[in-house]
Amino acid sequence: MAHSEEEILAGLGEIIDEIAGVPAADVTPEKSFVDDLDIDSLSMVEIAVAAQDRFGVEIPDDQLKDLKTVKDVINYIQQ
Amino acid sequence: MSSYAPRTRGDGPTDVVVTGLGATTPLGGDVATTWSGLLEGRSGISPINEEWAEELPVQFAGRIAVDPSEKLPRARMRRLDRTQQLALIAAREAWEDAGAPEADPIRMGVVLSSGIGGILTILEQYDTFREKGWKRVSPFTVPMLMPNSPAAAVALEFSARAGAHSPVSACASSAEAIADAIGMIRRGRADIVIAGGTEAALHPLNIASFASMRALSTRNDDPQRASRPWDVNRDGFVMGEGAGVVVLESAEHAARRGARVYATAAGAGYSDDAYDIVAPDPDGVGQTRAIQNALTDADLKPSDIAHINAHATSTPMGDVSETVAIRQALGDSAADQVSVTSTKSMTGHLLGGAGSVESIAAILTLHEGRIPPTINIDELDPDVQVEIVRDKQRELPDSAVAALNESFGFGGHNIAVVFRRP
Repeated sequence: MAHSEEEILAGLGEIIDEIAGVPAADVTPEKSFVDDLDIDSLSMVEIAVAAQDRFGVEIPDDQLKDLKTVKDVINYIQQ
Repeated sequence: MSSYAPRTRGDGPTDVVVTGLGATTPLGGDVATTWSGLLEGRSGISPINEEWAEELPVQFAGRIAVDPSEKLPRARMRRLDRTQQLALIAAREAWEDAGAPEADPIRMGVVLSSGIGGILTILEQYDTFREKGWKRVSPFTVPMLMPNSPAAAVALEFSARAGAHSPVSACASSAEAIADAIGMIRRGRADIVIAGGTEAALHPLNIASFASMRALSTRNDDPQRASRPWDVNRDGFVMGEGAGVVVLESAEHAARRGARVYATAAGAGYSDDAYDIVAPDPDGVGQTRAIQNALTDADLKPSDIAHINAHATSTPMGDVSETVAIRQALGDSAADQVSVTSTKSMTGHLLGGAGSVESIAAILTLHEGRIPPTINIDELDPDVQVEIVRDKQRELPDSAVAALNESFGFGGHNIAVVFRRP
């Protein structure tokens, strides 16, 4: 089942707000998780698991470390 | 040019003073509310209305009055065990109360413990693991469940880099933390230390575990009257949750910044019964030694102790043997003069948070000149060996020199901490 970019972005915003306390409005495609959103590696693990539950796409650990920006995650989920 | 010159034994003894207080307890979300509740003789105990309590023999507890969610953002709460949340809230209050000192991080320490550790995290994450598998287990589980997690969270929050420690001795843990913090400053390892303890263990397994050893009161028809230290009809303690934190400083450090001083943390005494894994020695030998060791450490005479905030948890055995120990330790003439109270009659037993919250009560008793009462004594146990402050608060005489807090823990741990008027 394919998800639109908007749909994924909105979903990621909610997840990141819940897990990391970053307001959903700040979660925009160009943002870097580490540099812009101040999200650490343990929180990224939680976010990846929550994204998997929501979008049905598993993100393996060796892929996760290459996903630097919100757009990277959106692209990964869409492929 | 500024130079870093840690204190050493060669610098001679230093007084350690109390400059900040913080607490979150069943009586209130801060020290002021908790203290006024204690003076009023108010009970913080309430029924547990959650479904999980229905199958338990004990259906009441001392739940903290102000939930941490009112003071911490949700995303922060997610990665802190409840023991850490309560410790952080109390530590922030204590630090503000101390005037938010500008301290050198490498001269600043933390000694903060809990009796049980992050058990709510352990149990919740085990449920998650069994229901949903390993991937759904929070990646913060380990730094939340470890017993040093409250000390580590507070050290991180305040950039305390002289050392962070968590002495664990069951229900004596937070008194031991304060005792160790005094030693840390005296030894010259730090100028200022955030010290105390926290507990958050209200879960069916923990209640079942204490109930299974017949340690808890089962007075379900009258929860607020269940914690009744020294009453003839006492039937066990009431579990509570909460945290108490103090800021301790070397007298020089406090004087340099013109800090308000509540009391001198004059000394501490340690001992272990090595008698039974849970029962206190009925002859009170170990407890007597802890009190005497504290007096020696504080360089005080027995007659200087005007007030004792006792451990007395409302269990049939422990309450009386503690009074035997007080009489033995102080001798008859001083023991006849001391006013003893158990604030657990109002807060319940905060386990690893008990010693620090009760030390705060002893400090405020000295500072404010008011002794909180022990409530719920309908008929005093005739075997009690000392004067108990019953029903209503009492004035502490102006001539009073010092007050003592006693805390004992399963394992035979005995800690006595002495505070002196500055």
